[in-house]
Amino acid sequence: MSIIVIDVLIIGGLLTGVALFRNTERARLGNSLCAVAVLAAVLVTVKEHSFREPTVLIFVLPIAATLAWYVATSVRMIQIPAMVAFQNGAGGMAAFLVSYAELARNVTLSPMSRSFGILSLVVGAITFSGSMIASGKLANILNQRPARVPRHGAVLGAVVVGTFLLGAGAIVETGPGALYVLASLLVVSLGLGVLLSMPVGGGDMPVWISFLNALSGLACAFCGIMTQNRPLIACGAMVGASGLILTLAMCRAMNRHLWKVLAGSRADRAPEITQAAEPQNHGDKCGPTSAPVEWHVDQPEGRDVLGHAVAAVRDANTIIIIPGYGTALAQAQFELVELASKLEAAGKDVAFAIHPVAGRMPGHMNVVLAEAGVDYAKLLELDPANSALENADLALVVGACDVVNPAAISTEGTPISGMPILLAQNAKQILVCNLDQKPGYSGVENPLYANPRTILLLGDAKSNLRRLLERLA
Amino acid sequence: MAGLFLMGTVFLVCFLVGYLLISRVPQLLHTPLMSLTNAISGVVILACLLLFAAEMTTAEKVLGAVAAAFALFNLVGGFVITDRMLRLFRKRPPAETVGLTGRGLVRPDTNEGTRPDRPEKEKDILALP
Repeated sequence: MSIIVIDVLIIGGLLTGVALFRNTERARLGNSLCAVAVLAAVLVTVKEHSFREPTVLIFVLPIAATLAWYVATSVRMIQIPAMVAFQNGAGGMAAFLVSYAELARNVTLSPMSRSFGILSLVVGAITFSGSMIASGKLANILNQRPARVPRHGAVLGAVVVGTFLLGAGAIVETGPGALYVLASLLVVSLGLGVLLSMPVGGGDMPVWISFLNALSGLACAFCGIMTQNRPLIACGAMVGASGLILTLAMCRAMNRHLWKVLAGSRADRAPEITQAAEPQNHGDKCGPTSAPVEWHVDQPEGRDVLGHAVAAVRDANTIIIIPGYGTALAQAQFELVELASKLEAAGKDVAFAIHPVAGRMPGHMNVVLAEAGVDYAKLLELDPANSALENADLALVVGACDVVNPAAISTEGTPISGMPILLAQNAKQILVCNLDQKPGYSGVENPLYANPRTILLLGDAKSNLRRLLERLA
Repeated sequence: MAGLFLMGTVFLVCFLVGYLLISRVPQLLHTPLMSLTNAISGVVILACLLLFAAEMTTAEKVLGAVAAAFALFNLVGGFVITDRMLRLFRKRPPAETVGLTGRGLVRPDTNEGTRPDRPEKEKDILALP
């Protein structure tokens, strides 16, 4: 056990760093402070313990650090969700590997340490496999739609029971059979993570990765209890708290309970999302569903939809832009920001409305837009945005579906029922720049498309916005 | 038992304080928050290092090294990514200094805005309706 004073300083540094995160201007300092605190913890640990044969570490660690630096500096904001999920999984892996090694070799661990080590093993393994599946889905490598094995519920139940039994066995068994029990427990836990992650659909990802984030914190904390390392426990607890807050926030923003997310109850209506490997072709992440779209939209202005759109934009004085994940997919955020700047320079009031679950993870659209150069003060949250929409001349919806879907209010029993939405229909006019009229992840048709005040500028958002810009010049 | 009590206290206090602090983080910063907490969970490297403080078989050395590598990846990668994201959230200059197509606004306090090949293009964009 290291000296309490140093531990308190390190933990204090971490908490202060996190406290600074409340303020956008000071958040960077908070990040650096946390990094310093962690570095201090590592140095203290190194100083306190003599290491035998650290050769392996001296080779491996610099490589890992360089790789991490390279990846971190080259990742694009649109890849962030997959990256964050991957890192989460990496943390889980580190936790379960360490626990396994510690448990496998050290039969003199106290029962308490042993129990927490096993908990760390199980939770770490679930975090790892669950996060890797989530990362694959977010990177569009794995299919987005909820997947299941035959009799998924029964299999899941069996695996959970198996985990408990093996876990109990691992606590008790310290003889030669221990290794087999531990190895089986590890395999079963990894499988559990896979089974839990498979049914989660693309639209539920923000909730799921927040939950996995919390789990990785738990794994960390349990590891800390096993090794009796206070900073580790503190970090795990903080990360767990953060994950919990984000999970609750996401659930509230989608009006879905966590267990519904785990059950993947959107399964029947989930769209079949094909590769977004050619993102330039998608103005909207909506995909085909089993129910054919039957909206017929009147276009009274004839075929010059673009002309109508241009006029609407020119005449509007207050414009609220509502970007959805489709914007990022079409890589249209740069055109969008250029349009916004141009309109502002022409004397109009322009702001962006960001729904809490827009994008693939909490706050994702904010960083996508910031990457394109938006002043963060123009990014409005749900309530301020809805107030602004009441007085707006034009609501410009780009690559967004469910977050502006009035059916969430009017229709019961859908996956998005009761979900707070951005009230685009309150604006005097609505211009929708989506790929098509197909529903989003929820599979619920969007009555906004049939609203008489809506102009539908369908097709690839990037090229449509480019055409708008050219006509406005 | 005193050890467990102390550790339980550390957990609870940090959980509660963390909860109170983090619930004030604005939606704007949720993504950097997630990558920050990812970085923090890389502290598990401490447990990896402790493994090396005792006699080890080759298998344990491999496991420990792999675990440490992943944990370090988390740490370095997480803090760097968070910093990168946070650098994007700065007050921008007013609309007159719109930057290039697809490159976002000029950033006066980083190198990108002062590269010699940029100034000519900026002047074209200033010709707004």
